Amino acid sequence: MTGEVSAGDASAKKVVIVGAGPAGIAAADALRAADHTGEILIFGEERHAPYDRPPLSKQILAGTWLPEKAQLRTSEQLAAADVTLHLSVRVASVDVEAHQVTLESGEQVAYDALIIATGVTVRVLPFGHQLEGVHVMRTLDDALALRSHMETSQHLAVIGAGFLGAEVAAVARSLGREVTLIDPLELPMQNVVGDEVGSMIADLHRHHGVNLELGHGVASIEDNLGRATGVTLDDGRTVPADAALVAVGARPAVDWLHSSSVPLTAPKEPGAGGIRCDSSGRAADDVWAIGDVAAWWDPTLERHVRVEHRMTANEHARSCAHDILELAPTAAKSVPYFWSDQYDLKLRSFGLPSRQCSFHVVEGDLADRRFVAAYTDESDRIVGTIGAGMFKAMNWWRQQILDGQTLGEALRLKQSAENSA
Amino acid sequence: MRIELDQDACVGSGNCVVSAPDVFDQRDDDGIAFLLEENPSAERESAVKEAEAMCPALAIRVHKK
Ligand SMILES: Cc1cc2nc3c(=O)[nH]c(=O)nc-3n(C[C@H](O)[C@H](O)[C@H](O)COP(=O)(O)OP(=O)(O)OC[C@H]3O[C@@H](n4cnc5c(N)ncnc54)[C@H](O)[C@@H]3O)c2cc1C
Repeated sequence: MTGEVSAGDASAKKVVIVGAGPAGIAAADALRAADHTGEILIFGEERHAPYDRPPLSKQILAGTWLPEKAQLRTSEQLAAADVTLHLSVRVASVDVEAHQVTLESGEQVAYDALIIATGVTVRVLPFGHQLEGVHVMRTLDDALALRSHMETSQHLAVIGAGFLGAEVAAVARSLGREVTLIDPLELPMQNVVGDEVGSMIADLHRHHGVNLELGHGVASIEDNLGRATGVTLDDGRTVPADAALVAVGARPAVDWLHSSSVPLTAPKEPGAGGIRCDSSGRAADDVWAIGDVAAWWDPTLERHVRVEHRMTANEHARSCAHDILELAPTAAKSVPYFWSDQYDLKLRSFGLPSRQCSFHVVEGDLADRRFVAAYTDESDRIVGTIGAGMFKAMNWWRQQILDGQTLGEALRLKQSAENSA
Repeated sequence: MRIELDQDACVGSGNCVVSAPDVFDQRDDDGIAFLLEENPSAERESAVKEAEAMCPALAIRVHKK
């Protein structure tokens, strides 16, 4: 299988996509939407038809959606787009110089353009995962396993109070389970949302009856005959739990690339271990990387940025499709976006807020959970916003991030808009 | 062209409102999108297709009539 194309024939390139998650599927769509006519092959190691992940910790776990509703594409839709999807096939390695990937079976597949969309793999604890009742949450099978286990369990311990852990805690409470939420940080989601919004979220969980064990690491998971019975904290106390979710983050799925010349960012540096790409997703000769696994160069921030948000998959996919097809870059600038639903709180964020930023409530009131907060850097530039219940205002502040505005200037603009209204 | 919007799947990103502000709007309190125009004219096709492609919740379907 070779796929050499002559220059100027970009729309006929043979494209191989590794990973059949949202980013990989969106890339195939974006190529076809931009009139790509060449072969498109997608390899995905999971056995399920491509599905979306955000509903896993929300509607699927709660049981309000059947798994089919989270499906990204049916085989009919892929066939109609002339996209060939191979499920349950893991790609084992890539040879950038030879322009080919090797499947786990040993079969080699040549490409003109390679798109790496392998996402991230969950991090695990050094102990406890062999026990019955101990779960992680990345795949549909993970979500269904936890859901089914929760039907018979009474007390869920959630280890890790990031977005995922906080969402699962909320769903488990709504299903009437006792819930303990554990994190070494003092507040839920603290690294991203900071102290003020983190306190608001902690209060919300407390209000809904979650037992918060913040500021505590986990020392061990107790068991009786191979079934989890409790989680022991670093101060020696044991929280009873007949189910546990370990939600302690994820790392880029790049193990299969270690023997290749595809460049990676260092785990503790900007880009957080992701594939090192330029600002249009190029990682190496005819190799692009998109979605959670990819660390794209951000020309405004002047560093590599890796974002584990659903919206980024679509944006990367479109931008890389245009680059592969040698079309003009897509005009619209964008900012990262994420959402998190907990109870009736619909938290929304634009840009890259973090605990290190200065925090300013710029609209509404945090206590009412109806607010917009701006996160600024040391030069007063707005780098992110987080809000809830005020969507029109959120969109206005999103534009300020896009425009690279300082908070002072944005507030003046807002004032003069209000005066002239 | 006919647009189908699944409000149960919508996550309120507001992306469609940015792509095609004359076709989509969103509620202020929960961000859920709604249609201003269910059957937009043909010249809105590229904007509406962009909204469909970029929606992070796959809540928009554009049907050609
Ligand atoms: C439970 C959960 C809830 C979430 N909620 C939200 C939310 O509310 N809002 C939000 O913005 N984001 C959310 N996210 C994040 C969002 O789902 C991700 O950003 C998105 O899935 C990234 O898509 P991707 O295609 O880059 O990676 P993935 O979805 O991880 O897909 C990558 C695929 O590639 C496969 N693969 C890996 N290696 C290989 C290989 N060598 N060969 C073949 N296949 C391979 C993997 O098995 C996987 O199927 C959530 C994530 C999870 C897990």
